[in-house]
Amino acid sequence: MVGDRRVYVMIETPLERRAALVDPVARLDRMLEIRAFEDRIKLLFSEGLVHGTTHTCQGQEAISIALAISIRPTDNVLCTYRSHGTALALGMTLDSVLGEIMGRTIGTIGGVGGSMHLSEASIGLMPTSAIVGAGIPIAAGAALSAQVLGEDRCAVAVFGDGASNIGAFHEGLNLASIWKLPVVFICENNTYGEYSRINLTTPVSDIAVRATSYAMPSAIVDGQSVDAVATAISEAVSRARSGGGPTLLECKTYRYSGHSRADAGLYRPAGELETWMKRDPIDLYEKQLIDSGLLTKRDTDAMRKAIGERIEDSVSRVMASPLATVASMFENVLGGLIK
Amino acid sequence: MRQAIALALADEMRRDSRVVVFGEDIAVAEGPFKTSEGLLAEFGANRVRDTPISEMGFIGAAVGAAATGLRPVAEIMFIEFLGVALDQLVTEASKFRYLSGGAYNVPLVVRASVGCGLGFGMQHSQTLETWFYATPGLKLVVPSGARTAYGLLRAAIQDEDPVVVLEPRVLYAEREEVIVGDAGIIPIGVGEILRPGSDVTVVALGQMVGHAIAAVNVANWSAEVIDLRTLIPWDRQMVCESVSRTGRLVIVEESPFSGGWGTEIASYVGTECFKDLKAPIHRITCPDVPVPYPAHLEQRFLPSVEYVRSQISAVVSNNASPKPWWVTEGYMS
Repeated sequence: MVGDRRVYVMIETPLERRAALVDPVARLDRMLEIRAFEDRIKLLFSEGLVHGTTHTCQGQEAISIALAISIRPTDNVLCTYRSHGTALALGMTLDSVLGEIMGRTIGTIGGVGGSMHLSEASIGLMPTSAIVGAGIPIAAGAALSAQVLGEDRCAVAVFGDGASNIGAFHEGLNLASIWKLPVVFICENNTYGEYSRINLTTPVSDIAVRATSYAMPSAIVDGQSVDAVATAISEAVSRARSGGGPTLLECKTYRYSGHSRADAGLYRPAGELETWMKRDPIDLYEKQLIDSGLLTKRDTDAMRKAIGERIEDSVSRVMASPLATVASMFENVLGGLIK
Repeated sequence: MRQAIALALADEMRRDSRVVVFGEDIAVAEGPFKTSEGLLAEFGANRVRDTPISEMGFIGAAVGAAATGLRPVAEIMFIEFLGVALDQLVTEASKFRYLSGGAYNVPLVVRASVGCGLGFGMQHSQTLETWFYATPGLKLVVPSGARTAYGLLRAAIQDEDPVVVLEPRVLYAEREEVIVGDAGIIPIGVGEILRPGSDVTVVALGQMVGHAIAAVNVANWSAEVIDLRTLIPWDRQMVCESVSRTGRLVIVEESPFSGGWGTEIASYVGTECFKDLKAPIHRITCPDVPVPYPAHLEQRFLPSVEYVRSQISAVVSNNASPKPWWVTEGYMS
């Protein structure tokens, strides 16, 4: 039933890639794609083919997919520098994400942004930020415009547990609550803020409790389960759209890689990674689809192979794409020409 | 000037329903400096909002709202309060257009009151223009009275990019003839020759424009006074053309000597107009100290009309740059 999925995905626009996720098989496909993409990125860096830094999201794929299937492309998403997975899940193409990471003209903003700066307006992905927590009040503002203009739109901020210690988190949640803004705050609690374990930096183990200070509904969600996260986001989104105001969702998950490419994550307690990998979000979803009879193991093996080829094709196209032009460096600073 | 600001806000809110105004105490209380008088009554609580004391939150929200369809005008009561929200302006708002390949722009206005003269002390009296100076993607305007406050604010609200408006607080109570309506809009990036002259070009900004005009009005030399009005991007053409005629440039700043906004003007003009200059470019500034509280010291801190006049006189008569008062009086080297 998988058929020639490889070709079918390559010709899609971001909106079409988003729409494809109505099919549970496509959801698994996308999660596998994100995992393989991130693994390939790591390899490209170690091969010296990419400049700068990158932050990968292996282990957190369920949250990205759940988000993509629970909101509309017209909703606004603010995300962090660990956003390759969110971007691909929302519908960005492999070429536009990889091209951006590799500084090529084929990248989403022509290569001038790099790994931490993805955006795609057609699916509501606003510029991702390299500043921890910055997107939280901005999401509140995107929700404010929906409220003032009377649009049936909501906003989402995706951030890590580390962001819950920064002022922008508290100010953003406070403002969203007093103005009852249609916004969902999604904390990917992956246990580490950069190189530090959460217990060293945060006096509460559940970020969700912080919603209490802002009289805001909240929930702790199994971040390894697509369905659990999707259910929670859908509830929060319908509350937001119906005037019920913001929600804080804490998705418990785990970052398989270190903070950035320079970090091997050696500070992690022995066995912690392995324990989390036993509840790998992709394995769980794959098993769910196989158990329900939608797929066989042979199908998913074929999917993995096709995805690997799809990514290699994208790598080839990106490597063949010109490096970001000097002219592009001077574009989009201001609306008019720079004088 | 405060009425001119409230009128500019009201005119833009009438013209464009996407314009919203928010800040601390600006709705019910109509602004700590009464610059939003009548707005809540006319436009309602959906478009005119009091915020918590939470600059990072509401400036961030203004960025998000601007990128998704509104044209927010956020008020920062004292410019210092923007320090806690600078990330949102310098690192987010100014980059959104670039970060999205032009898909998202941020038509945001951040207004803040600035400057000394009212005894608010050193944490409520700075001008801090240079916080924004080295940030491509931002614009910065500074009115020098009611007329420019009205015209620049309307242009700022109509601009498609983030614009910071720094309003000299001491001028809120000042009165001046204002051209209202579209004819009163002052384009961003264009300076104004307030008085033509032939011996020296005097460039000033904000509160110092009035001091400069008063200083040269009684002088026996002829000064061309330019109100820069926009600091980012400043009117290089107007200033350079003037300096090429007068051969001298004096910059009058309400900012510290080290790193004040005039350093950029001096550097550029010194390079571009080198062959036209008869005298060193001279900057009249405040000393490198925090703004003192007591009235007599605050007056000393700010370049007075007499001090500006004597400094310009020295430049014109000697073709040399006079030392600032804190050096001649031995307080600083």
